[in-house]
Amino acid sequence: MSKTSIGRRRFLKHAAATGAAAVAAGASTKGAGAQAPVAPAARAVAATSAPETDPSPSAEVLTTDRPGGDFMVDVMKSIGFEYVAANPGSSFRGLHESLINHGGNSAPEFITCCHEESSVAMAHGYFKVEGKPMAALVHGTVGLQHAAMALYNAYCDRVPVYLIAGNSIDATERRPGVEWDHSVQDAAVLVRDFVKWDDLPISLQHFAESAVRAYKIAMTPPTMPVLLVADGGLQEDPIPAERPRIPKLTLALPPQGDLNAVDETARLLVAADNPLIVADRLARTPAGMSRLVELAELLQAPVVDQGGRMNFPSRHALNHTDRARELVSTADVILGLELTDFWGTVDAYRDQLRRTSRPITKPGVKLVSITAGDLFMKANYQDIQRYPEVDIAMAADAEATLPSLVEAVKRRVTSDRTRLFGERGRKLADTRQRLLERARTDATYGWDASPISTARLSAELWAQIKDSDWALVSPIEFVSRWPMRLWSFDKPYQFIGGAGGAGVGYGAPAAVGAALAHKKHGRVVVNIQADGDLMYAPGVLWTAAHHRIPLLSVMHNNRAYHQEVMHIQRMANRHQRGVTSATIGTTIENPTIDFAGLARSLGVHAEGPITDPKDLGGAIKRALDVVKRGEPALVDVVSQPR
Amino acid sequence: MMLKTAITLGLAAALAQTAAPAGDAKNGRKLFAADGCYQCHGYEAQGATPTGPRLGPKPIPYAQFQKYVRQPTGQMPPYTAKSIPDNELADIYAFLQSLPSPPAADSISALK
Repeated sequence: MSKTSIGRRRFLKHAAATGAAAVAAGASTKGAGAQAPVAPAARAVAATSAPETDPSPSAEVLTTDRPGGDFMVDVMKSIGFEYVAANPGSSFRGLHESLINHGGNSAPEFITCCHEESSVAMAHGYFKVEGKPMAALVHGTVGLQHAAMALYNAYCDRVPVYLIAGNSIDATERRPGVEWDHSVQDAAVLVRDFVKWDDLPISLQHFAESAVRAYKIAMTPPTMPVLLVADGGLQEDPIPAERPRIPKLTLALPPQGDLNAVDETARLLVAADNPLIVADRLARTPAGMSRLVELAELLQAPVVDQGGRMNFPSRHALNHTDRARELVSTADVILGLELTDFWGTVDAYRDQLRRTSRPITKPGVKLVSITAGDLFMKANYQDIQRYPEVDIAMAADAEATLPSLVEAVKRRVTSDRTRLFGERGRKLADTRQRLLERARTDATYGWDASPISTARLSAELWAQIKDSDWALVSPIEFVSRWPMRLWSFDKPYQFIGGAGGAGVGYGAPAAVGAALAHKKHGRVVVNIQADGDLMYAPGVLWTAAHHRIPLLSVMHNNRAYHQEVMHIQRMANRHQRGVTSATIGTTIENPTIDFAGLARSLGVHAEGPITDPKDLGGAIKRALDVVKRGEPALVDVVSQPR
Repeated sequence: MMLKTAITLGLAAALAQTAAPAGDAKNGRKLFAADGCYQCHGYEAQGATPTGPRLGPKPIPYAQFQKYVRQPTGQMPPYTAKSIPDNELADIYAFLQSLPSPPAADSISALK
């Protein structure tokens, strides 16, 4: 079909849309010799609605000032998106143009990305700071394929990314060539296993309702990504004369635990000699941390923070994360709050030739789980972990359940128990102080080493940000959790957990997205950036530079996909061969990557590689000066493996 | 049960008394990297929370060290004598013994 032909769907839509929508009467295919189907009623509309000054009653109408994309933008504004991330794609060209012109490129503002994986991971990181979704636009085909891994991370991390995929549904409307390659019957099927909900609206009214519904579904615990497919015709065709309306958005209240189960849990916790609270993706909002602090202090019970969110102040006297295994093995009641892996919390697993596992809890321990994860399940992807055998399982949002649990505990606490809790608390506080001292001492080993120790990297960084309003926007597992051991995290926005699905490539874009959310607050945002991760889509550094997103990235450059180095070493040892060759296919050397040069080429201030630890403090200071002026910066640190 | 315990204790005492063989610390440092020990324990054997404990300075007695390396009871992958001969293991042990004591935490401004 030629560019001038008019398909029936669009033709009829034009005719119904507006009396002013003049459709080219008698428009014909060019060169094909075929007569385009033209409806008589439409001819009449065109003939009667043509401006009187039009020199030709049959002139083709080539413009509209009210495309459907404008309405889509109105919907997005009503929902309240602050940003929309995308690299441009023709399947959403109508929406793109409406965003920047009709929408004024404000709320949402278009964030230019260099890879769809970056767009989605930016939205992932943004949510965990801002607490509301950021939108991302992708091609329904090639873009969604690029975006899929980042979307999977967000799904596993229970983060509501709001994804809109362009598509051209009407085959007779597609431009020959690329638009066919970029069209698909069912775009969402590619990612349906790891989004919570998706839809393919076929009218603007349908789009409005599904857009609001999608937001509501995404934000209802367990929160997860959603996907809307936006048809190109809907974006580009005129808005119907009877303007569709935008429904009111009312978020669902998060489900609270059954009150009888809450009361029984309180009874167990109050009666316990060694209660333990374990939290993973608990703190869904800033209230999560303060509620957990209240419960822990009420019971004077130790807390293990597994770090899916910023759940508990790192230096709190009851934060005993460093003693997790010891505490699990001695507890008589364990309360798990939004645990990703309750089984793995209470069982030991050994990765030897014969894989074995065993419980590490003592006999008779009572296990209580509160998680919204029990309210949602899909079968294909196995992020569910092993089945945990617990005594009480509340299918509920843990953060929303904590107030009633606190009240139930208060009702059951007696003066005797209060006295006992006080004694327990004093012992725990003493132990916590010793843990901090031990962490400081542990950090001194290898202090002057080159490659630079991750302890020194973390300590030097902390020394220069601790008096600022700061936030860390990167995972900590790859640097031996040093920030949590040495730094004082006491605000809900200071940490955002990890990738969720352990898909490499999350770190850099999530950090930029999180920094974008921090930007309006003027916080000093730091990212300890793994080298292998950055190489997945380093273009996000350009995005940070282009949009002037202040972020200090300190490279944890161990010049390897180090987790895989260890895996290959394990196999070589197990097979008793080649124990010196585990670096083949796992290291990033020969040549080594000049990350500072890479960053500079993308418009980011950079220094490095830093190999002498004595040079580290100065480089961080200079980079922070740049960040405090509102720009991104990077310091490449050649580091120890972990 | 008592007999088993007694044998275990006796064996442990015997192992603890086994002196470390002489080793070449310089070669041990090279082997520590080449054989992949650094991957979990760091190049200076300083340890890493999720992967492997600190090994030096002042390593555990050689007999215990050797026993664990050959037949680890935890997550560590086994290094049999086919992978690391005894003389090379002695070199690695010498390297661990040679590591200097670190500075005091209070003497480091970034740790204050």
